[in-house]
Amino acid sequence: MKSEFTPPIGKISNMNGNCISLIGNDIDTDRIIPARFLKCVNFDSLGESVFEDDRKTLKGKHPFDLEENKYASILVVNSNFGCGSSREHAPQALMRWGIKAIIGESFADIFYSNCIAIGIPCFTLPKKSIEEIQNYCDNQSLFLEIDLKNSSAQSQDLNFNLEIKESSRKMFLSGEWDATSTLLDNENLIENKFNQLPYIKFNTNIL
Amino acid sequence: MSQDTLFDKVWDLHKVSNLPGGSDQIFIGLHLIHEVTSPQAFGALKDKKLKVKFPDRTVATVDHIVPTDNQSRPFKDNLAEQMIETLEKNCLEHKIRFFNIGSGNQGIVHVVAPELGLTQPGMTIACGDSHTSTHGAFGSIAFGIGTSQVRDVLATQTLAMNKLKVRQIWCDNKLSKGVYAKDLVLHIINKLGVKAGVGFAYEFAGPAIDELSMEERMTICNMSIEGGARCGYINPDEKTFSYIKNKLYAPKNEHWDRALRWWDSLKSDENSIYDDVIKLDASKVEPTVTWGITPGQSISINQQIPLLDELSPNDKLVAEEAYEYMSFKPGQLIKDTPVDVCFIGSCTNGRISDLRVAAKVLKGKKVSKNVKAFAVPGSEKVATKAKQEGLDQIFKDSGFQWREPGCSMCLAMNSDKLIGNQVSASSSNRNFKGRQGSSSGRTLLMSPAMVAAAAINGKVSDVREFIN
Repeated sequence: MKSEFTPPIGKISNMNGNCISLIGNDIDTDRIIPARFLKCVNFDSLGESVFEDDRKTLKGKHPFDLEENKYASILVVNSNFGCGSSREHAPQALMRWGIKAIIGESFADIFYSNCIAIGIPCFTLPKKSIEEIQNYCDNQSLFLEIDLKNSSAQSQDLNFNLEIKESSRKMFLSGEWDATSTLLDNENLIENKFNQLPYIKFNTNIL
Repeated sequence: MSQDTLFDKVWDLHKVSNLPGGSDQIFIGLHLIHEVTSPQAFGALKDKKLKVKFPDRTVATVDHIVPTDNQSRPFKDNLAEQMIETLEKNCLEHKIRFFNIGSGNQGIVHVVAPELGLTQPGMTIACGDSHTSTHGAFGSIAFGIGTSQVRDVLATQTLAMNKLKVRQIWCDNKLSKGVYAKDLVLHIINKLGVKAGVGFAYEFAGPAIDELSMEERMTICNMSIEGGARCGYINPDEKTFSYIKNKLYAPKNEHWDRALRWWDSLKSDENSIYDDVIKLDASKVEPTVTWGITPGQSISINQQIPLLDELSPNDKLVAEEAYEYMSFKPGQLIKDTPVDVCFIGSCTNGRISDLRVAAKVLKGKKVSKNVKAFAVPGSEKVATKAKQEGLDQIFKDSGFQWREPGCSMCLAMNSDKLIGNQVSASSSNRNFKGRQGSSSGRTLLMSPAMVAAAAINGKVSDVREFIN
């Protein structure tokens, strides 16, 4: 049994775990969590439905069903991962399955911001390095230790300098990825901005 | 770095602060919400004991889960009923304006906001839906967000974001007869690729864009996200202004003149600097159809599905996946592919002009007996207008089912779904695996006119053969 899910809170500076490799470009959020599972008013039960249709099609051979990946927490993907729908249900489902960080060739914009907003760091590596990890994972398990302070990933055999947007890295280290309170710190500035915007004044019938 | 583009002007105007991590805090002028991506955000507000900061700047409607056959309450689907009830309760509790079913203003959120005059040039617009880019057609900066960001907009009316780069996509000449905005945007996505827009806002410009109506411009901006660009926009012009004039929430009287002056000042300057510029010839675009599992995998109606060797190394992996999933052979013609279902609707092509163009093709003709065809207007307003013009009757006479407004089979969150490996000719925006409700269902994206032609022939057809 996996341990009970607890969402990340506060500063995130390092993580470690086994890698789970998922090969494919342009894997969209409909595939990560099909739309029928969006009929919910909370995210609690999404973990079990992650990649539901792909898993059914592969009849137990999908990486998320393989016994050796059961406790994996670092997802390794190819390019444009998470494209399509803005549904935060996608990273929520991955997180509730057990994913704590993602390393990929590239990510879709909205998926990336959703991951940051819920505390999943997304790192990029060149195609060659991703393939090196994925080939390694084909034959044996890869336990990676990720340190956000110097953006490094280390294992017994492989070491990588991970790339991550500097603003995202800082937000994880400071805990500001959970943005609401940081944004609210500027309450006066928000009020000022509201009062300055030209269209607030001429849209009198909205307010 | 881009300078003096509309994007730069609107972004800078809405910037509240530089956040400690280095991203910008951006004020959101208009926040749109719906039943699927908002309940958890309201839940989080409750957990954090926060209020909605500017309830007047959020507007709600219900679209994704609504049935399009029988809309009487309670809905037959308990989960759908629970979602609409949750939205009703949240809007009531937080004093948020809600356009519910039967209000006359309900519909797909990206159809509703423009037709009510809520969408205006120079605004920042956010919504928990990736097709929020649609609103960029008015010269607003509009983008999709996730639920945690919906929470942040509700609580603070701002977002933490990194400024995007700007790519201008210049479209020369004009579209030929029988070729529509949908064909143009599919063509653009095919040429640039589905991830070229990551990190960019797309500015669509040039004579071919100027020529388009506001509704066609919405189709273009709507699918920016399918090219990877979270935000797409078009500089506002006289067409923009006259579309907005006299809409319910448009500025009135002396405010209208002030608004016009300001809107006119927002356009990208003549000497503005872009991070990238792409030019293409719109007159060369032909009716376009997708053959694969990403919106970038499209060809002209008379082309063959590409051979593996014709594709770049990066596109091969997904192409192989697509051949297998779609059961298509490389080199096969897309024309004459039999279709089982025809769907006209969605935030991409569910507006009145889309229904008009499809009705023109359908008038006096019958849908093939092998095809289940249905039309879903984008909003109650669109449905009313269509009925006034007699379009609903043309659809029904041809054998189309005429439904109530909603997102419907674009993403199949209601009971409108493909069955098994049915092939759908669809005016929607995504042909992802399983997108239309069946894990083996196959979607061919095309313009509404092309869907109408496919419905009549029971197979993928060239609409130009119908309109000459």
